[in-house]
Amino acid sequence: MAEENKVKLHGVWASPYVKRVEIALKIKGIPYEFAEEDLVNKSQLLLQYNPVHKKVPVLIHNGKPICESLVILEYIDETWKNGPLLLPQDPYKRAKVHFWTSFVEKELLENVHLVVRSEGGEQEKAIKVVFEKLKLLEEGLKDLFQGETHHIDGENMGILDIVLCSLFGAHKAQEEVLGVKFIDPEKFPLLSSWVTAFIEAAVVKELGPPHEKLVAVYQFLRQKTLQASAA
Amino acid sequence: MAEEEVKLFGTWASPVSRRIEVALKLKGVQYEYIEEDLTNKSPALLNYNPVNKQIPVLVHNGKSVAESLVIMEYIDETWKHNPILPADPYERAMARFWAKYIDEKFWPAAMKIVVANGEEQKGEIDEIQQQMKNLEGELKEKKFFGGESLGFLDIAANIIIWLVVAQEALGMDQILNEEKLPVLYGWLQRLLDDAVFKECVPPKDRHLDLFKVKFGSSK
Repeated sequence: MAEENKVKLHGVWASPYVKRVEIALKIKGIPYEFAEEDLVNKSQLLLQYNPVHKKVPVLIHNGKPICESLVILEYIDETWKNGPLLLPQDPYKRAKVHFWTSFVEKELLENVHLVVRSEGGEQEKAIKVVFEKLKLLEEGLKDLFQGETHHIDGENMGILDIVLCSLFGAHKAQEEVLGVKFIDPEKFPLLSSWVTAFIEAAVVKELGPPHEKLVAVYQFLRQKTLQASAA
Repeated sequence: MAEEEVKLFGTWASPVSRRIEVALKLKGVQYEYIEEDLTNKSPALLNYNPVNKQIPVLVHNGKSVAESLVIMEYIDETWKHNPILPADPYERAMARFWAKYIDEKFWPAAMKIVVANGEEQKGEIDEIQQQMKNLEGELKEKKFFGGESLGFLDIAANIIIWLVVAQEALGMDQILNEEKLPVLYGWLQRLLDDAVFKECVPPKDRHLDLFKVKFGSSK
């Protein structure tokens, strides 16, 4: 492949943000090289490509770095126009997808992280907030799909599917480690069927990581939290 | 063309609300503006944005769009003349990256400065000055972030004006000035001089008074 067109993704296997970009690249059928970074010992290259945040993922295309997973997803959609689109064409539908993606990112994700990283009263409060936000999301999805069945297969995942997948794709591991069931089919039928569908999608399965590894990640994060508070 | 009905629910002192006004005016879109009282939100606002009940909300032919950066992209895609985002995907990615930076890093940092004191405040000021230097790196020699004319990032960066007014309300001048941040300072003057943009800045005296009440009394 010509040097100019080369696509390289700097990431780590355990990061859901990196996973988002991998899913998008695979959906679009874009060949890429993956560079596993050591986040404890960040490479000069990473610091050069992302001096502002010093984080992964970073996508390199035509020698130029793009950072922040959601920005990368839009860049991918706008650059590789052949193949499945990650966002709808209609401006109003696009705006709705943007809105709910932003909601998941800002309102849900942070609170789920708080559940992982807190305990006692603080954790209980965070869990309550997550359930409130999930209820809003369930309503939002009904409005978004408006009676149409939203099919998920490896080929038509869009940005919102990808972002939700990166958060709740690990829901079974989250349940096992945290002891709380967020993806509850009785409380959130639409969301639950959706999450189940994208976990089964070929592209998601292919990328993993497998359940045991996810459990290990959550256990590690939980232990860190409990150790920090015991110290 | 069918009659277009465009409404904007906002508040006069909110930077995110003012962003939408700039975008609409740059496109020459006629709209009805509804000033909200956030202590007493209108049934219309709650109906159009039941999820987070916040302004700004744009209502276009009865359909509502919320979240300022989402609204700005919607406006750009719906009224395609005078584009606010560049055409090139990489340039678009840069504009979005820095707009996100402003909302997720700069704005929270600015909020911390106005309530902090002493050493803590100094630390927050150092942090925000570094952020502004980062923004200068993106601006470089350009007239605006968008090039020769205002673009997405210039509009998103309007929050810097709020910092300048807050600085004045606190009786300070060391956070953003010509000496410390000459490139950004120059951009700010050009922004405030722009025919469209300057219509969308809160009236200075009223804004200062608001900030003195909000932040000044903690000093």
